[in-house]
Amino acid sequence: MLGHLIGVLFDGVAYGSLLFVISIGLSVTMGLMNFVNLAHGAFAMLGGYVCVVLMTQSGVPFLAALPIAFVASAAVGMLLERTLYRRLYRATHLEQVMFSIGLVFMSIAAATWLFGPSQQPMRLPAFLRGQLSVLGVDIGIYRLFLIGVVAVITVALHLTLVRTRFGAQVRAAVDNPVAAAGLGIDVDRVFAVTFALGSGLAGLGGGLGIDVLGLDPTFPLKYVVYFLLVVAVGGAGTIKGGLVAAVVLGVADVAGKYYVPEIGAFIIYVLMVVLMIAFPAGLYGKRT
Amino acid sequence: MREGTATERALAGEATRGERALRLPADRWHAAEIAFWVGAAAAYFAFPNYRVLASQILITGLFAVSLDLILGYAGIVSLGHAAFFGAGAYAAGLLASHGWGEPLSGLAVAAAVAAAIGFATSFLVVRGSDLARLMVTLGIGLMLFEAANKASSITGGVDGLSGIEMWKVLGLYAFDLAGSTAYLYSLAVVFVLFVLVRRLVHSPFGLSLRGVRENVRRMPALGAPVSRRLVAIYTASAAIAGVAGALLAQTTQFVGLDTLGFPRSADLMIMLVLGGTGRLYGGLVGAAVFMTAHHYLSGINPVYWQFWLGLLLVLIVLFARGGILGALAALRDRREGRAR
Repeated sequence: MLGHLIGVLFDGVAYGSLLFVISIGLSVTMGLMNFVNLAHGAFAMLGGYVCVVLMTQSGVPFLAALPIAFVASAAVGMLLERTLYRRLYRATHLEQVMFSIGLVFMSIAAATWLFGPSQQPMRLPAFLRGQLSVLGVDIGIYRLFLIGVVAVITVALHLTLVRTRFGAQVRAAVDNPVAAAGLGIDVDRVFAVTFALGSGLAGLGGGLGIDVLGLDPTFPLKYVVYFLLVVAVGGAGTIKGGLVAAVVLGVADVAGKYYVPEIGAFIIYVLMVVLMIAFPAGLYGKRT
Repeated sequence: MREGTATERALAGEATRGERALRLPADRWHAAEIAFWVGAAAAYFAFPNYRVLASQILITGLFAVSLDLILGYAGIVSLGHAAFFGAGAYAAGLLASHGWGEPLSGLAVAAAVAAAIGFATSFLVVRGSDLARLMVTLGIGLMLFEAANKASSITGGVDGLSGIEMWKVLGLYAFDLAGSTAYLYSLAVVFVLFVLVRRLVHSPFGLSLRGVRENVRRMPALGAPVSRRLVAIYTASAAIAGVAGALLAQTTQFVGLDTLGFPRSADLMIMLVLGGTGRLYGGLVGAAVFMTAHHYLSGINPVYWQFWLGLLLVLIVLFARGGILGALAALRDRREGRAR
């Protein structure tokens, strides 16, 4: 029984950390630019497909494909931000929602046309398959790998935000963009780089998550609720909040589907509603 | 002294610069509106082979108008409005499949059920930021979808609810396969409800909703209770969406899970934005254009349809924010400006 519990917890944490990697970009851009971007999942999907294409057609190993997916998604994110997203920062939330839904539809149609509507098959490299027995509990090696990678990324993000000048600029722009611009911070450049970074991380998460979340053209819409949940519950613009929210939601979802499969999907929505009532600005969000 | 917005001055009863004093209710019928409804009635004779599609357009148009009430007039962005549509559809469908097939009472029951759900969830929706509202409405829509999916013994699950036998409308007109009764029945119901909505929107209540949308912090200072107004309009919008769902169930005699799903909510928003939010007829025009296009184009290749729809959305947001009616209004303003 305890073994099951530990296993479920572990799976939940792995799942949650994957959600965190994908959603952290969305959280920061929402906190930074107050832009509701439902198309964030499309960048994750892009990263996933880049990985698959590189691995199946060019024989690139998995670990090498992941950084390339990051760069590809970051580049596309930078391009879209400069050309399209930039014009809509002052638009109403309805317009931003409509715009991002439009982008999602276009990305789903493009993916269907290029790759077909079915799930992409994926072979993990041999050293990441299988299980490890720790203290009598069987733990998937890939789940361990996920948690490890995300832990490294989280530390790197934290150090960037706290120790670098760019990180200070991001924090200033999140707190008060007008004052930050008044102090001479190039807020436009901060937005662009942050958006690119966030999209890149989403792409990385998409590549990492092919085995766990699956990859098919409807990926952006299937998981958009989860990404938005992490942002809404954790509070837009914070790393700690996003991490806590993602792990809580990941554990709740996995535990719910394991212990009460009849109402498994409900758990997450009920949890969301409860948390939104209790913490309207998110667990660690800035109070407007 | 800072000039108030037109809304504030109208609420205070003053004449705005250059316009006649706004008297409420401001609901004189324009020629274009009368032409629209005459056209809708004439479509019965003009397109006899398309009555089923036409009644679907009317039903979806009513659904879109209900969304406009909360989106265009009160400013609540909702991604889960299909929850009320589906609730009304299932309510009417279950009522009929269990033996009571009287159409008008079925509509009333559906409106009551949808309004109850709307009222219960309105308290979650009126507080919180745009993002929170988006999440809550999305979550409620998904919850209801899952509930209907799991309760397949009642709702028929993925197979849908069939076995709906409708009695004659008003005891006189039976539903036929060609959709003639369905079209006139839908037209009548949609027209009556539309007139009610129109009256609501042009009343002081409707004006206060616009005030909430434009400047929610100023409204309590003017003495308007914001939460109560939003709860009221949300419930009313849910009820109307429920009636639209019930109409669909009664005219097609089938209810599927897709009436509750996210694609229906998303498509509805697209229709409304296409037609133009905050303008009464935007929902009707958007539904007509969207569904007609969908009817002809999606048969060719559904992937292309989705791509061009996405592109259309992006272009509308970037270049034509008011939708079709907004563009027409801008055209008319430009022409009037030149004529003066």
